[in-house]
Amino acid sequence: MDMQNIETQFTEIKSQLAALDKKTVEDKLSMVVFSGDLDKIIAAFVIATGAVAMGMDAVMFFTFWGTPVLRDAKKRVGGKDTFGKMFGTMLPKGMGQVKLSKMNMGGMGTAMMKSLMKKKNVASLEQFLEMAEELGVRIFICEMTMDLMGFKREEMIDYNNLTFCGVAKFLEEAANSKIQLFI
Amino acid sequence: MSDDIKVDKVFDLKGLPCPMPVVKVSKGIKEVEIGQVIEAQSTDPGALTDFPAWARTSGNEILKTEQEDDVIKFYIKRNA
Repeated sequence: MDMQNIETQFTEIKSQLAALDKKTVEDKLSMVVFSGDLDKIIAAFVIATGAVAMGMDAVMFFTFWGTPVLRDAKKRVGGKDTFGKMFGTMLPKGMGQVKLSKMNMGGMGTAMMKSLMKKKNVASLEQFLEMAEELGVRIFICEMTMDLMGFKREEMIDYNNLTFCGVAKFLEEAANSKIQLFI
Repeated sequence: MSDDIKVDKVFDLKGLPCPMPVVKVSKGIKEVEIGQVIEAQSTDPGALTDFPAWARTSGNEILKTEQEDDVIKFYIKRNA
């Protein structure tokens, strides 16, 4: 076999290895946060922050009812159409307005749960978000939901690792994640 | 404190529920050198299974686990 031949084969193997590398599964958790309920969001953040503690990367993709949870209660935006205003008013604006999926009882259940969580030292949603940011949990927000519900980027939370994206970006992450969850 | 283990840093995690004990310890262990030992004190019963799982995954070593009343003490050697 001559040098030329060996070189060609070497290049071939190298490109095959590179392709294989892209398919390697990483120590990563990719999560779809579809729900907008207090209990489910708390669970999502417990798992995401726990994953980072276990040495994994964590990505949370907020879509549909999960999206309004990431609105900043302090921010005001104008210029919305009728449906945008409707969604804006009817859906929780920020983490403080998120309710339990069960036993809400007109807000009483949620208030009780929050005070119980405080008593038992369980972090609040706001604290979980802060912790997630500090730990480097990446948050993706579904661009389609933003558009559908008439949310504007300017009304969303300030967060270090925030990306507005579509499903392909999430799937790229999920494809090489060891764990994928839908909450 | 355990007599036979030299502890380089103590972490008081008493009263903290899941996921705080592992979150704090995963950050805290980086504050000592590889080969050094930390002591983590937790009152979370889940920690009894969580700490070994965390140690196996992160490549660190639990040298000893002690339980006094509600407090569980983990002696963890930083290996990674």
